[in-house]
Amino acid sequence: MSIWFVPRDAAARSMGADAVALALEGRGETVIRNGSRGMLWMEPLVERAESRHGARVGWANMTAADIDAGMPDEQSKQYVGVVEEIDYLARQNRWIYERVGITDPVDPEDYLAHGGLSGLKNALAMSGSDVVRAVTDSGLRGRGGAGFPAGIKWRTVADQSPTPHAGESPSAPAHKYICVNADEGDSGTFADRMLMEGDPFCLLEGMTIAAHAVGADRGLVYLRSEYPDAIATLQAAIWIAREQGWLGEGILGSHLTFDVEIRVGAGSYVCGEETAMLESLEGRRGMVRAKPPLPAIKGLFGTPTVINNVLTIASVPSILARGAEAYAALGQERSLGTQVFQLAGNIAHGGIVETAFGITARELVGDFGGGTRSGRPIRAVQLGGPLGAYLPDDKLDVAMTYEALAEAGGMIGHGGIVVFDETVNMAEQARFAMDFCVEESCGKCTPCRIGAVRGVETIDKIRAGQDVAGNTALLRDLCDVMTQGSLCAMGGLTPNPVLSAINQFPEDFQSPVIATG
Amino acid sequence: MNHSRYPEWRAEAAEALIAPIVAAEPGPVLLCLQAVQAHFGYVPGDAVGMIAKACNVSRADAHGVFTFYADLRDTPPPAVPVRLCAAEACQAVGGRELKTEWATACGDDAVLAALTGVDEPIFCLGNCALGPAALVDGELMGCADVARLKAAVTQAQTAGEAL
Repeated sequence: MSIWFVPRDAAARSMGADAVALALEGRGETVIRNGSRGMLWMEPLVERAESRHGARVGWANMTAADIDAGMPDEQSKQYVGVVEEIDYLARQNRWIYERVGITDPVDPEDYLAHGGLSGLKNALAMSGSDVVRAVTDSGLRGRGGAGFPAGIKWRTVADQSPTPHAGESPSAPAHKYICVNADEGDSGTFADRMLMEGDPFCLLEGMTIAAHAVGADRGLVYLRSEYPDAIATLQAAIWIAREQGWLGEGILGSHLTFDVEIRVGAGSYVCGEETAMLESLEGRRGMVRAKPPLPAIKGLFGTPTVINNVLTIASVPSILARGAEAYAALGQERSLGTQVFQLAGNIAHGGIVETAFGITARELVGDFGGGTRSGRPIRAVQLGGPLGAYLPDDKLDVAMTYEALAEAGGMIGHGGIVVFDETVNMAEQARFAMDFCVEESCGKCTPCRIGAVRGVETIDKIRAGQDVAGNTALLRDLCDVMTQGSLCAMGGLTPNPVLSAINQFPEDFQSPVIATG
Repeated sequence: MNHSRYPEWRAEAAEALIAPIVAAEPGPVLLCLQAVQAHFGYVPGDAVGMIAKACNVSRADAHGVFTFYADLRDTPPPAVPVRLCAAEACQAVGGRELKTEWATACGDDAVLAALTGVDEPIFCLGNCALGPAALVDGELMGCADVARLKAAVTQAQTAGEAL
């Protein structure tokens, strides 16, 4: 008897996966709700296997009506063959995403059957200090955007003693925290979401390894409210993990005690900045803190705190399972291991591409992405989210590493790549970047809070043809003040998209057009 | 307008929601505000004062938290809220045009406008390869257009009435 797989990922559901699953169940079929393979243009991608772990064949863009019209077969024009042999998947090197799309995300037996917990078991057989060394040796850097070496951050936390919450008596219980930043607010990024929906145990396992490594007892995941499916799936996984003894007291028979809770964000982009996130976790306005003190020394409630992005933490189980050396053998320069790239915007084949650092933007956008969805030529590509630079089509041969992108005036950010076709107006995009900063600035630094407002006004003047040269010079000056005078990346990097638009696409700032909202 | 899915504001019910959070959590202000909104659909002014008192912070501090976060609202939500993604990946596939078309559709149809609140912009729903993305009554939609939005609104409304 065949087994059918219909993704429960929010992207697949947004294209009607639930109705497809219901239609299959209505025909008496066995349906497993897996994560998404990350070939999002195919969603809902329905797969069939002859046994639970057998090879799977697939059908793309299925609807309930397709199922009602008859069971899909190999003659169907939606048939895509053996799913793992599809070029887009076969050419990837999946570490973080090794189980996503394959397993039922909330089935603990499926997790174990596909290598789950082997990283944690290896880690528990090592001292915390050796785990930190392994993470350091792997070369893993923070995937949230800043790229700080994870092992050094962990070492700093490991070297601190646990402390009571700030303001409590010295005899109160002492803690260290693992805080996962799942406030994935960058447009064009969805890898955290898909990992939490597609393999939530992997995140929990990574957090538990981190807790063992640094001596933490509490974990929090700061998860944005815009991701209701991820919240529900991760919460279910936490409950199951507690039942399984994967969280709680004496994890897997060791002396490790560690538990995880979710904290839901409240619609603030800047709370993805780590110190603003701490403020929000402490129940306050998400205002950025000055550093030092580093969160690793005085973080959440004044205790030593590891703050890592979802992808950073989710890299750890496979590093501990397969070895730091194997991980560090991938990539180039100081960009080692794999990165989960996300192809988004106006792209034919959007989705997840996990591969070693060093692939070029053009390979990602062209070979994997298949060019624009509209079929028009590419005009601009924004790398690294709303604070990342726009690159024109002729600059896409840059290698996707921290170093090469920095040299090219870009940044890898959280690995998001947003493609625009020739219909884009880059002055409008520059205005949006400033306007986004107006909306989302926490307000602490004047260059960010006020500068962004002035930036919108100045771009409007340029677009209206008022003293274009003078106002462009003023805008550059303003960008300089924002870059130099802001505490965090919100004000400090908003000039990236603005200046890259002016520098790479000056023609869009020359001809007077009517400003639009 | 029918907001039947949320109970009417009752101070005692709010106090019962807040008390266990304050007892268990360090830094409980935001959690209390979120709990009240999850229960009543919004955070009435009375709740902010109540939370400030329960958390032993000033009314100004609690109000400051309340006003910082875009999610928190001081009026009841529309019956079937529609939120269209305003971020770059959706802009690249006609997100701005969809906003205009949807506003026009709501301009022509006062019932639809009242039912959905037209559009409360949202910055990124994480569906960036299948834009334009929208959230209709909390359900994610990919490749959104006006016809699909209207159909989803009708479906959500029917489902709401059936409860």
